[in-house]
Amino acid sequence: MIGFVLFFAWLGFGGDYIWALSNNHHPFPWLGIVLTAAAIVTAWYAYKTGPEKVLWATGAHELIDPQTDAERQVANVVDEMAIAAGVPRPRIWIVPDPDPNAFATGHDPRDSHIAVTEGLLKICNRDELQAVIGHELGHVKNLDVRLMTTLAALVGAVLLVRDGMGRMMGRGGRLPGRSGGRRAKDAGPLLAILLALWVISWIIAPLVTQLLAMAVSRRREYLADAMSAQFTRNPLALASALEKIESAAAPTESIKRGAAHLCICDPLGRRLTNREGWLADTFATHPPMGMRISRLKGMGYAQLKKEGGSFTNSALA
Amino acid sequence: MWVLLVLVVIVGLWIVSAYNGLVSLKNQTANAFKQIDVQLKRRHDLIPNLVNAVKGAMDFERSTLEAVIQARNQAVKVNASGPEGIKQISQAENALSGALSRLLVTVERYPDLKATGNVGQLQEELTSTENRIAFARQLYNDTATQYNTKQQQFPTTLVAGLAHAERTDLWEIEDQAERAVPQVDLSRR
Repeated sequence: MIGFVLFFAWLGFGGDYIWALSNNHHPFPWLGIVLTAAAIVTAWYAYKTGPEKVLWATGAHELIDPQTDAERQVANVVDEMAIAAGVPRPRIWIVPDPDPNAFATGHDPRDSHIAVTEGLLKICNRDELQAVIGHELGHVKNLDVRLMTTLAALVGAVLLVRDGMGRMMGRGGRLPGRSGGRRAKDAGPLLAILLALWVISWIIAPLVTQLLAMAVSRRREYLADAMSAQFTRNPLALASALEKIESAAAPTESIKRGAAHLCICDPLGRRLTNREGWLADTFATHPPMGMRISRLKGMGYAQLKKEGGSFTNSALA
Repeated sequence: MWVLLVLVVIVGLWIVSAYNGLVSLKNQTANAFKQIDVQLKRRHDLIPNLVNAVKGAMDFERSTLEAVIQARNQAVKVNASGPEGIKQISQAENALSGALSRLLVTVERYPDLKATGNVGQLQEELTSTENRIAFARQLYNDTATQYNTKQQQFPTTLVAGLAHAERTDLWEIEDQAERAVPQVDLSRR
């Protein structure tokens, strides 16, 4: 958040500096202040309304009064996981999409939302559903939701600003050289370099925001998996749920690009998700599914070994 | 001279933060313990309604239903007697859990029964109730373990005395019979 605001402040004040160089008098740095203020307002607005926007974009409806058995089961499962996690009960939303997926959004455990698709309700049994909800509550408890939701909204906002600035630059491109043309010649090369850098950073701004969004995604996904195993004490349930979700494979259309990193499984079905290595770690929002499943099975095996159970009559066989 | 001052400030800040951490965990542990009671009470309040909802459909299993109601009444009575009877409370609650699981097994015997709306709902609600109690106990144990560990780990033990930190007991099974595999008798009687 602070990085976001500082970045825009740098852009704004940089623009003022260039203006000052070109005109050789020091105007009130209004561009810097305006941009910083705009960044702060955008960030605050994104923070406040982020969750509602994300949920609205997917077409989800809230589960308030459970009518069917499936709805009652979801409500109960979420309540149980909230008890195990020691957080207040989140609000439950259902996305009318046949592809199985789930995501969490919100500001903090006291004001959080969990959404599941109808596809997920169909293919998972009670334990698997519980494991998936446990994973989402793990995100809520870690305050991943605050980070991710705000970034999802910011990505949208930055793209809007970039488009707006693009239009303004086209119109006002003549401004820097308008007055003080004599002095401008002396500051010529420096001015050109600064201007170029400034323009480049405008182009990079959306990319930087995107990178910030993905930067710690993979690690947080693994952590949420582990927290689900801790809440349910049943890592194999999550492994089996992930296997089912993975094999259902089709992209989840309701969940748009901005919200991808909030979901349990990459809704866009990107190939990058399945790769390892530095590049994939930086740009992919989710770890490879196979890796997640094998880590969970490893936990299950360790648990089984500790309890002295038999290998053959467990789900690992 | 300056270095000493800075050091004292840093140590002071650490002491404050360790003390606050212990206090916070102590309160969380107490809260988690009470949460178990919340779930037990919920079960007490829920059972009569649930049993009434299925009485019509399960008339032929009246004895099982009555066993549940009796165990529930007993548990309520014991709970009201006060905090000294922790052992009796857990015994009564375990008896109630036993009666409920026998009821659930009975329902499994009649697959047609599950199709009857109310009975399917009964099963789900009972399963959820038992799960909630189990998770409440799990949360209590987890929190208590965290508290105990923090008290005992090295630098924080120095502050533990100041914070009146005491070792809390984990919820455990007192009756060895609980650990035995439950016997389910499906013979017709």
